[in-house]
Amino acid sequence: MTDPLAAPTRRGALAAALGFGLTVEFLGRKAFAAADGAAERRKLIVFVCRGGMDGLSVSPPVGDPNYAALRGAIAIPGFDQPGGALRLDDTFGLHPALASVHRLALKGEARIAPAVATPDRARSHFEAQDVLENGATAAYGTDSGWLNRALQAMGPGKVKAISVGATAPLILRGGVEAASWAPGPGVGKDPRLPGILQDLYAHDPMLSRALAAGLSTESMAKVASADATAALSQAGDMTGAMAASAPSAPRQGVAIARQLGATLAGFMIQPDGPQVAAVSIDGFDTHANQGASQGQLATRLAYLDAALDGLADGMGPAWKDTAVVVATEFGRTAHVNGTGGADHGTASTALLLGGALKGGGIVGDWPTLAQGRLFENRDTAPTLDMRALFKGLLAGQFGIDRRALDTVVFPDSAAVAPTGGIIA
Amino acid sequence: MALDRDLAAAIAVTRFGLGAKPGELLAARGDPQGWLTAQIRPDLGADQPQPGAPTSAQRLIEFREYQQERQAAKQSGQNFDPVKFAARLIRQDAGADFQARVRLAAVTDAGFRERWALFWCNHFTVAATKLQTATLVGPFEQEAIRPHVFGRFEDLLVASSSHPGMLLYLDQARSVGPNTVAAMFLSRGGQQAGLNENLAREILELHTVGVEAGYTQADVTEFARAMTGWSIGGLRESDATAGKFLFRPMAHEGGVRTIMGQRYAQGGQAQALAVMQDLAASPHTARHIAVKLARHFVADDPPPALVAALQRSYLATGGDLGEVARTLVAAPEAWSPDAVKFKTPYEFLVSSWRAAAVAPDDVAQIAPILNGMGQKPFSAPSPKGWPEEAEVWCAPDAVIKRMAWAQSLAAQSLNGRDPSQLARDALGARLTPLVATAISRAETREEGLAILLMSPEFQRR
Repeated sequence: MTDPLAAPTRRGALAAALGFGLTVEFLGRKAFAAADGAAERRKLIVFVCRGGMDGLSVSPPVGDPNYAALRGAIAIPGFDQPGGALRLDDTFGLHPALASVHRLALKGEARIAPAVATPDRARSHFEAQDVLENGATAAYGTDSGWLNRALQAMGPGKVKAISVGATAPLILRGGVEAASWAPGPGVGKDPRLPGILQDLYAHDPMLSRALAAGLSTESMAKVASADATAALSQAGDMTGAMAASAPSAPRQGVAIARQLGATLAGFMIQPDGPQVAAVSIDGFDTHANQGASQGQLATRLAYLDAALDGLADGMGPAWKDTAVVVATEFGRTAHVNGTGGADHGTASTALLLGGALKGGGIVGDWPTLAQGRLFENRDTAPTLDMRALFKGLLAGQFGIDRRALDTVVFPDSAAVAPTGGIIA
Repeated sequence: MALDRDLAAAIAVTRFGLGAKPGELLAARGDPQGWLTAQIRPDLGADQPQPGAPTSAQRLIEFREYQQERQAAKQSGQNFDPVKFAARLIRQDAGADFQARVRLAAVTDAGFRERWALFWCNHFTVAATKLQTATLVGPFEQEAIRPHVFGRFEDLLVASSSHPGMLLYLDQARSVGPNTVAAMFLSRGGQQAGLNENLAREILELHTVGVEAGYTQADVTEFARAMTGWSIGGLRESDATAGKFLFRPMAHEGGVRTIMGQRYAQGGQAQALAVMQDLAASPHTARHIAVKLARHFVADDPPPALVAALQRSYLATGGDLGEVARTLVAAPEAWSPDAVKFKTPYEFLVSSWRAAAVAPDDVAQIAPILNGMGQKPFSAPSPKGWPEEAEVWCAPDAVIKRMAWAQSLAAQSLNGRDPSQLARDALGARLTPLVATAISRAETREEGLAILLMSPEFQRR
């Protein structure tokens, strides 16, 4: 084997990425590509930040008069202070660990939706993640994911699908067949074995589909990783800059996250590459010792920032046709809790990125943190339904019609209009 | 049982147990159901992977010493690498714990008992995803879970909820009643002190009644208040309590609590115990556990009759888990000839070692393999534990990883044995002619064993 991936350090790095909770899944559509050359180039990538990402730290409303008092020790300092928020407008900034996102925002390629929530109000991770991923109005409402159903809704045709990561997340489960890839030893030494197993699996749809899809992506993976290497060397080693922006984040983790983002891009820019991907990042359940400009959450955000930066670089010219959304199952309480963290809340921030984005200010309304405006006296109040945001992206990027969005992709959601004006 | 005895033996050993070692099907054939019930041990509980291993208290003290070393190194200007520090802890302690656990699973004669224990370890998940808990998962399972898995559920619940591993994993150890003396002292000293509702919520949602019980945010907060004071003894306080469960009256928020419509009088530590007693007795809890057991042992979409039988058994016996285990084993729905449960990576590895009659001896080799298949050792992705569903584990890449590993195990462990014989020993009456033929036609013995391990009937149980 002569591919550059075989170098043990690279495989090791990617395996480590899986180890600390970063996984990537993708889906793509070949038939759609054939039907429309321009639409074929459009990409959508969904980052799911698991654990309840604290929107009030991701995009701190440092200009909100109640912010600093509510948040106490976990408040991000104001714009001009050391470790302060990176300014977006008079009210909002970005967490200092999100330097790459901020750089994109200054170019009109990143925006925030600061008070977005799923329809779920139970404050349970598992219910809320279910609803975030299944696109229904309630947990257990359906056992397929909205991203998978969106691909089905794009029209008939043979659909090609890929996932990277060891397990299949709900958001991508469903009728569209998915392949997957994760770093590892490949198919093994015995060249006969795959064929023998394919025969044995002839009457076993689950195993035969999985094996066929797995075999077909091994070669693609090599190309993707080679592309990632090229993209990263072209962009230069940014690890130093990343680490400087978030001194508490382990350098190695930041580098691995960046590599992961670039590898994802490497998959997506191949001629038969997927159009849709989902990335999971764990570890946002910051009940204790959340930190402010530095600390636990800052480290997670530095990884997120690095993965997004690697992705943006790796996409190259395709970035202009790309939209990315970063969402979480719920936000955290407006008040700092007794252990230097925050408990399960309601609305949080979604990040929108990509060259396909229409520039502008915040997406949705800001309810403010005034006491009377907090949801149930404790959380950021939701002003925007997460499904509206996802619908706006699907309509803008792929032209999925309103009826399909309201019934198939997000069942029983006719009352939730797609958010307009987010895709150029 | 109307089943053919050979098939019943194969189901007993592969579905309820952890997969057959050579000779095990023969041992179970005389009385498959009796072979299972003989493994239920209300007095002793499950087996201990590492008898005499360091306790959680010792591990916590050791952890504190590492922390002090780190502090000293920092102060003296030495370059202390926290990643290396964490790696050392995890490699040495958690690695040994995990290795002992897989080794027990690979060699035990009581595979059902071990599967039953693993179910409860997953139900009360403590994961190594926090630095502090990394070395406590093994001791937690040994001290809080394994002794109680055939006892009363309430005892298991209290043992789990008061164990330092759980108290740290779900942030309970530092939850302080906002109107207490402890909160006042801490805030005077510039520290933050207050309520943390993480454990209280997960006890309700994951460990007992489940979200379908319809409790509210107010119930969660009230329960969190009742649980304040459930903490861990510090190193400076006393040797007797250092690193062990300690109720701190000064941190307990006094007052009457109302949780799910039930009123709980002021009573210090006993208040949360009273709540747990009611939670354990709730029909919601009986239902929640019945569904989970049936889903784990029989099918992702479990037969309603089996769920109902388990629920009745739980309620009729006051949550006696040994009796619930007997009900499971006696239920005809649990013996369906169709094997529909797709093995998790852990189950696949364990059953493969058993089939090949080898015991794993190097955790450094096992960990990356499980990691690649999506089941990193001791690191369930959330307090909900590892998922059950086939579609989670049968992802395309995971199947490729299984295939690669099956080949390497075959290459390392076969030593000239006949794979057709191993297949009969591993699957018995569950071996299909199609797979038996494919194994007999394999080009090499190693290929034959890899075919067995990757066969549809071996991938399921």
